[in-house]
Amino acid sequence: MTSDINDLYQEVILDHNRRPRNFHALAEATHKAEGYNPLCGDRLTLYVRVDGDKIADVAFEGSGCAISKASASLMTEAVKGRTLGDARALFDRFHRMVTTSPERSVEDLGKLSVLGGVREFPVRIKCASLAWHTLKAALARDAIASTE
Amino acid sequence: MMPVARAAFDVDEVRAAFPILSRTVRGRPLVYLDNAATTQKPASVIASIVQYYTELNANVHRGVHELSERATDAYEAAREGVKAFFNAADHHEIVFTRNATEGINLVAHAFARPRLKPGDEVLISAMEHHSNIVPWQLACAATGAKLVVAPITDEGELDLDAFDRLIGRRTMLAAVTHMSNALGTITPAEDIVRIAHAKGVPVLLDGSQAAYHMRVDVQAIGADFYVATGHKLYGPTGIGVLYGRSELLEEMDPFLGGGDMIASVTFERSTWNELPYKFEAGTPHIAGAIGLHAALNFIESIGLDRIADHERMLLEYGTALLEGIPGVRIIGSARRKGSILSFVMDGIHPHDIGTIVDREGVAIRTGHHCAQPVMERFGVPATARASLAMYNTTAELDALGAALGHVREVFG
Repeated sequence: MTSDINDLYQEVILDHNRRPRNFHALAEATHKAEGYNPLCGDRLTLYVRVDGDKIADVAFEGSGCAISKASASLMTEAVKGRTLGDARALFDRFHRMVTTSPERSVEDLGKLSVLGGVREFPVRIKCASLAWHTLKAALARDAIASTE
Repeated sequence: MMPVARAAFDVDEVRAAFPILSRTVRGRPLVYLDNAATTQKPASVIASIVQYYTELNANVHRGVHELSERATDAYEAAREGVKAFFNAADHHEIVFTRNATEGINLVAHAFARPRLKPGDEVLISAMEHHSNIVPWQLACAATGAKLVVAPITDEGELDLDAFDRLIGRRTMLAAVTHMSNALGTITPAEDIVRIAHAKGVPVLLDGSQAAYHMRVDVQAIGADFYVATGHKLYGPTGIGVLYGRSELLEEMDPFLGGGDMIASVTFERSTWNELPYKFEAGTPHIAGAIGLHAALNFIESIGLDRIADHERMLLEYGTALLEGIPGVRIIGSARRKGSILSFVMDGIHPHDIGTIVDREGVAIRTGHHCAQPVMERFGVPATARASLAMYNTTAELDALGAALGHVREVFG
């Protein structure tokens, strides 16, 4: 098997694909957004509970490929408990990591770095960034008005 | 000695006619199993296009000069070739379009829209490609008509009884695929037409997938409209065909207005050119038509029956191969099926399958195949699809099988 396949599907990614973390709806969410990649049919719903300036809780539901699911799962772990400003900054750093050409070195983003392998697979970059774009969209909106 | 009904089919000889098949992908021989998306082009098709631009290029139906005459002759010869290929009664019934999608849109605009009244119905099936759904949705929205969908069975076959029941007093047109791109199902075109005609309803058949796998005789089928696309017939992209019965085409107003489609123009009014030019506004894709003609000649030189035999063998081989891989499920098991293998693997998303097999030089399609309602019908977000053409081999299917084994290794 080619080595870049193993770089793409690292154990951490396969693990988060099998057992996605924070994979459920969030009844008390203050922000919510739908992410959809029409090319592959990856679809996710992201729930965020913002408390003051902090992401108090975050969760997601949906279906998609291993990359999109693992990326969403890893993202929820990475942003939970962080400030909104931190989360937005992390979006930018993650985006830079997956879109920089493979020849150039990129910043180490800790656990999120396992997704750097998508740089070798241009058509899969959208899979990795879907959750992050959805997070950005959720936070850009006003808090959800209660429907109760 | 056994009598030999047909000359032997030599797949190596067929492959040698396609230059692209000798290239490598990621250091391995290309295994091209995405033919339902587009087929590769034989050298004779490529040469015909080069020859046109090298020796004949001029606009058609316009000049009196030598090149224009010869370009016109070649363009019209292509129309004759298409007429013969589909056994149309008259070359006036062959309209060149950009693709099958444009053919369907032409019929939706020029035939359906002026006739649809609020409450009328257009009947399609649950296995249509988006191109045979959306034009009708638009036509219905514009006229207050209703889109009605005939169901399919768990095997992926059209439910003919339901189709029959759903044709009512208000049904204005039925538009059905002749072969599903997502499931491989070949629909019973003759029965569809018979049932619809018994109730006075005209039928459009989408032959995008069927036309390169089997002989299509539009007169024997009795279709009112039949659309096909050149790039799946081993021809160039950007050229398609609409067959329409003269009687219906005559009644219709033009689709697009412009040069070549008129008989006379004044600022007060214009009159339309005769068939089929009424539907060919502007400079057509001359090189495309000539390339398509070369492609049809190539297909005929191999023989559609021999191609169908070879592809049937591949389909049986591929079906057994996939069924032998644990966790693989084939979607679409119609009794009459063309050489398309749509499948899913337990716990592994089709996109991950596609990426991994691509690294081994195997090109398959993954996704919803522009048939989202079909995916929904079978409860899957997407499938992986291997679609086979005349030049594919059992060795290539083995390569797919080996690559799927590696997919399983990666995902454990």
